[in-house]
Amino acid sequence: MQLAKKYKIDQAKEYVAEKLGVTLEELHDVVTMTDKRGELGLGLTHVEPCAEENNGIAAKFRIAEVLGIEINSVERFKERCGIK
Amino acid sequence: MSEQKQYFTRMGDGSPVYMTEEEIRSDMQAGIDDAVLRGKIDPITDEEFEKLYDIITMPGTVVGVEPGRQIVLTNDSGGYKINVKSQIPVPKETEVLIYERVLGCDSVDVGNTDYNYKTAKGVAKREASALKQALNVSTMPLFYGAMPDLGFYTEPDGPCGNWATLLPDGKIKEALAAQEEAVEHSVKDIVYVAEQMYDVGADGINLDTSGAAGDADFLASLKATEEITNRFPGLAVEIGMAGEFVLGMHGRLKYQGERLAGMYPHKQVKMAEKAGASIFGVVVNTNCNRSFPWNIARVITFVKACTDVAEIPVHADVGMGVCGTPMTENMPSDMLSRADKALVEIGKIDGF
Repeated sequence: MQLAKKYKIDQAKEYVAEKLGVTLEELHDVVTMTDKRGELGLGLTHVEPCAEENNGIAAKFRIAEVLGIEINSVERFKERCGIK
Repeated sequence: MSEQKQYFTRMGDGSPVYMTEEEIRSDMQAGIDDAVLRGKIDPITDEEFEKLYDIITMPGTVVGVEPGRQIVLTNDSGGYKINVKSQIPVPKETEVLIYERVLGCDSVDVGNTDYNYKTAKGVAKREASALKQALNVSTMPLFYGAMPDLGFYTEPDGPCGNWATLLPDGKIKEALAAQEEAVEHSVKDIVYVAEQMYDVGADGINLDTSGAAGDADFLASLKATEEITNRFPGLAVEIGMAGEFVLGMHGRLKYQGERLAGMYPHKQVKMAEKAGASIFGVVVNTNCNRSFPWNIARVITFVKACTDVAEIPVHADVGMGVCGTPMTENMPSDMLSRADKALVEIGKIDGF
């Protein structure tokens, strides 16, 4: 959000928390956010079973959709795939 | 007579030192006074002073921010710290994944080992292809980073006259003209590199150590930022400074009517905003001959004046010799974590 919208940190946290449906306190909690990121396919550092986890460009597609922003790598990927 | 309690801290060069409460408070005040005098800014409040004293003297090798105050991290020189500096031979996309999945970073910049835009321009498409590979596998945002480093454009390595020798020779007009010419070359190179990175999907471009060669160097970053944000709106720009003071090597250069020479962070950030930057990397240099209390108090005074007026995120550059960190290759986590905590809780930064 800082890159996409130049939001300061507090504004960025509020925006993301609202989009993810979590409180600010939950946004800072690694246990809650592990579940939330896994549920929404937003990518994790590591998780079992690994084969089911979203990461990389797939996770970025989901992040762009959930947060309602454009991510440059996603847009360029769509162009290269011929789906944009 | 009982001995006064002594607290462990360090000098700016990293040397361990023990100081009493009185000595710490005196050094803190001196650091604040120095920042106020030079920057013509307000001192930190009494409450902030006491909080900073508590941070400096709190027990523990490593200290942390209060729960809920965590912030994000950008990075510089991410493309070679593991595989070159740490000598762990991994390709760039693997290095990026180590940052993301092992070190827990929020972003990193990928750059050339010879970390400057003049060199990067010559191999820009190859750099872009390495970045493209990394973008496919990373979840976190990735920047391409390098330094404007105006000195590279001077003779004998570059096309412009060398103002470092022209000035002492008294050739003032020639020195000013050389800097103005170097700015144009630098902007062209930075924008060319940015275009290649934008095309492969970079999330941002990092102009690291802006102002290192003085006001002309800072101007190059600002002009390049303006062109990049106009031509490539999906590409964020981070302007990371080289120091708290823009040296007037030219002295007459202006950006949007404001003279750049002599600017401190609270003015530098406004220039970055006008140019269209998304993130401003504030820097305050460490004085190796002064204590950590002196240095961090000075840092916080400058940084708080900057964040008080900033309308874009401010990411403090907390590395070797900057923002309170001692000037050592292997940075001591005792002082580094205290600098971090102070910058977040008093300096009100938006990231590192």
